[in-house]
Amino acid sequence: MFPPLQDLYRIAPEIVLCAAGMLIMVIDPFVAAGHKRSMGWLGFAGTLIALASLRWAAMNTGPAYSGLLRMDMFSLFVHGIVISVAALAILGSFDYLDREGIQRGEYYALILFATAGMGILASANELITAFIGLEMSSISTYILAGFRRNVLKSNESSLKYFLLGSFATAFFLYGIALTYGATRSTRFDVINQAIANHGTGTLLILGLGLIFVGLGFKVVAAPFQIYTPDVYEGAPTPVTAILACGPKAAAFAVMLRIFYSAFGNASHVWFWAIWVSAVLTMCIGNFAALVQTNVKRLLAYSSIAHAGYILVAFVAASQMGAAAVLFYLAAYAAMTLGAFLIVAHVGGTGEQRLNISDYAGLGTRHPWIAACFALFLFSLLGLPATAGFLGKFYAFQAALDQRIVWLVVIAAINSVIGAYYYLKVVVAMYFNEPNKEWAPTPMHAPMFIVLLITASATIYLGILPNRLMEFAIASARSLR
Amino acid sequence: MVSHNYLLTVLTFFPLMGTFALLLLSGDDHVWIRRFTLFASVIEFIMSLFLLRGFDLATPSYQFEEVYNWIPSLHIHYHMGVDGISLFLVLLTTFLTPLAVLCSWNSIHEHVKEFFAMLLVLEMGMVGVFCALDLFLFFVFWEVMLIPMYFLIGVWGHGRKIYAALKFILYTMLGSILMLVAILWLYRLTSAAGNPTFDLPAIQAMLSSGQISLPWRSELLLFLAFFLAFAIKVPLFPLHTWLPDAHTEAPTAGSVILAGVLLKMGTYGMLRFCLPLFPTAAHRAAPVIATLAIIGIIYAALVAMVQTNLKRLVAYTSVSHLGFVVLGIFVFNSTAMEGAIYQMLNHGVSTGMLFLVCGMIYDRRHTYEFSELGGLAKPMPVLCAFFLFACLSSLALPILNGFIGEFMILIGTFHHHPGWAAWAATGAILSAVYLLWAYQRVALEKVTVAKNENLPDASPRERLILIAASVVILFMGVASPLFTHRMDATTNALLQQVQTTASYESHTRHAAPKSARASAPGAPSHELAMRAVTLTSERRTQP
Repeated sequence: MFPPLQDLYRIAPEIVLCAAGMLIMVIDPFVAAGHKRSMGWLGFAGTLIALASLRWAAMNTGPAYSGLLRMDMFSLFVHGIVISVAALAILGSFDYLDREGIQRGEYYALILFATAGMGILASANELITAFIGLEMSSISTYILAGFRRNVLKSNESSLKYFLLGSFATAFFLYGIALTYGATRSTRFDVINQAIANHGTGTLLILGLGLIFVGLGFKVVAAPFQIYTPDVYEGAPTPVTAILACGPKAAAFAVMLRIFYSAFGNASHVWFWAIWVSAVLTMCIGNFAALVQTNVKRLLAYSSIAHAGYILVAFVAASQMGAAAVLFYLAAYAAMTLGAFLIVAHVGGTGEQRLNISDYAGLGTRHPWIAACFALFLFSLLGLPATAGFLGKFYAFQAALDQRIVWLVVIAAINSVIGAYYYLKVVVAMYFNEPNKEWAPTPMHAPMFIVLLITASATIYLGILPNRLMEFAIASARSLR
Repeated sequence: MVSHNYLLTVLTFFPLMGTFALLLLSGDDHVWIRRFTLFASVIEFIMSLFLLRGFDLATPSYQFEEVYNWIPSLHIHYHMGVDGISLFLVLLTTFLTPLAVLCSWNSIHEHVKEFFAMLLVLEMGMVGVFCALDLFLFFVFWEVMLIPMYFLIGVWGHGRKIYAALKFILYTMLGSILMLVAILWLYRLTSAAGNPTFDLPAIQAMLSSGQISLPWRSELLLFLAFFLAFAIKVPLFPLHTWLPDAHTEAPTAGSVILAGVLLKMGTYGMLRFCLPLFPTAAHRAAPVIATLAIIGIIYAALVAMVQTNLKRLVAYTSVSHLGFVVLGIFVFNSTAMEGAIYQMLNHGVSTGMLFLVCGMIYDRRHTYEFSELGGLAKPMPVLCAFFLFACLSSLALPILNGFIGEFMILIGTFHHHPGWAAWAATGAILSAVYLLWAYQRVALEKVTVAKNENLPDASPRERLILIAASVVILFMGVASPLFTHRMDATTNALLQQVQTTASYESHTRHAAPKSARASAPGAPSHELAMRAVTLTSERRTQP
């Protein structure tokens, strides 16, 4: 039977994204090698239409496909993040792909498919649907990570990501099976009801643990973060930008749904697990980042640390905690995307300039790029008047609100440790003399627009965060 | 008062507007960049003088208040206001900034535009810190201000500038991040009481009215979290190690601002937050803090004595002098507290002037080492005369400003704790030793290095800077009531609040037995001395 029209509205963004992706795949063979960039513009248009279709979806909120999916404020918020990330990453990839000689249509199609998967994750209302979304986004990103086929590191990255990712999803699937065994359902609301009625048995706790392993891998929570630096370093930098923002946001979203909605009544079970994981994630990310000399690896470790900060808000297990996670994800997406795309730009052909020492004197040579990068770094560091600070502020507040004091103190001290390595890059850019000359890479309009948007978003969210915060609060409210 | 509605906002963000305007100028047009910055900072100073005119002496509450909603979902307000404590600190900031601009006139050659832009951003942060009355807003200014200072030291400093800049910013951040946690905890308490807010006066009212009851342990933890941030900034004795490095490697303008204003933020924070919010904890911690302050006074004085580097010596004098201020704050006595506030201003001007002189010597010789200097009074009589003047002001010669502040602190301390005052007074003696000895090694004796024979004396621009600072020093030395009058209402209200909330504490602990011992011989002479010094009598009767 054909599904009711409303159900289609509720997955409109995914339909648009997949349609655009398939359109690219179909047209691609007919486009001459020199004009592949037009495929990128097509993909970009696809993301814009998907963004526009959110409005449609927003007017038709509610469960779809007999409760498999749920389009609500929460889902809209996450959709907004992941689709914007995809749109900006597509714009930021043009020059990079040209430079590397890998300008091809599949690239954009894969980004769109991955984003559709993330969208499904965001609106999943049931464990199997979540699994499908996870697989859709994962498999696309496995391929994207290895897109620089001639580069050994990229192959390594892809393979590592694929093997470990497969393990993780297997764990996730096991978790689903056990949960189903314990509660006789995969629907979040039914699971929630079952826990309320029968409490948590061993089987259910085991299932929850395995689900956490699977999702912890995707959100790079310790101890499942091992793969991150290598994968992030080897993947083409614009892809790294997506990996760090998109799948993470979507995985956190589904984690919120599973832990808050389905296992909300079992929060005493997962509280300490996440607490410990948050501490480990922050400490491992920050301490390892201290000794990095490669900017891409440094940002990879920093993204681990930030997952830890998000977990701090997550532990709160309150509405404010969910709102803080969402706000943090948006703020984090803006600054991380910008930072990674600058790394892609400065890296030059073959990503040869990734060391901190290569950034020496950037402040005098490319004042605007350096200023933007400094802004993103300060924001990642958590300096007031930037998005990163508000994210941290909100996260800490959510945790403190639930009297989780020591975790916040640990997080606060961690953010000072983090300051050291972010400042190390700033030191290189502004305080060190340029050590070798290179011809400045020309910056083209798409990249310029991306930087402009991410930088203004970073400042805007730092100074006038109220609008997004209210949206985040409304989203958190729709979670239950 | 209507015309003053937006004065604080204008004062805070005018320098930022100046920065944006500055960025429009061409980077090579050094002359106009300097002129424009000077113009902007002088206008800012003139505007800040309006604060004096509209300031109401009688009321202890905040004036020129502005309250707007900023982030309603978190109950964060844009709340500005000044009282008797912050009024002069704002003026100090706006006074020192033009001097800092002037002293960098010829000594900055690289990235001139960025340098002056940073100075103006810094000024915005400093004024904002002193005016902010919302904890969130305060924290934003407090942290944002670090960045321009970080760049000032790191880009335009000398020697181990990167090390110094990183040390400065990491030390300060470590302190302030725990303050952030404490701020959030306070917010949680207010929301538990049904009125979530970051507003300082509101929180203060809720705490003192008992709407929020703080268990003793959490009050102490909160106090310590705030205090650590401020103690690092001051810096209090064991936390001072960032200061000599930052001061020594910073460019002259950076040192002037650092010593003149940034350090005051620590003591200001103690007065503004630690005392009124956590009076009991403050009372209990006072003996420890005072001990640390006294150790700092003496230790830093001794360390200053053996320095071979003029600027490092001056840096250590700051640690010593700020020890006096902390001591004055934590004896909970109106004379000592006003002395402390006054000494904050004095130290800003005197040490600022000392650094200006250091900078002028550095501009000529590119060194601060005593072995390279000596006998400079011969080639540069005028500059050295001003140097002596600054030294005398800093070592608290009567009729100069430093004397009043130090004397008020000591007399107030003596009233309750004669022992503390005695120890602290040795610091005052030591300051004479190290400063005069430094002057002797720099200016007197014979010219030992041939290069020093023909150094040019102070230029008109430099004389202007030095005269401006000297006039203020002398004025503050003879006309102190003009300043202290404006602090009276606030100080007394603050002390009253601290005392009533924590009265049982001070009675049971130290105040009762010791003041009984001290007041019999101490009080009359103290009263007399106050008349002699401040030319005011009635208003300073002891509580």
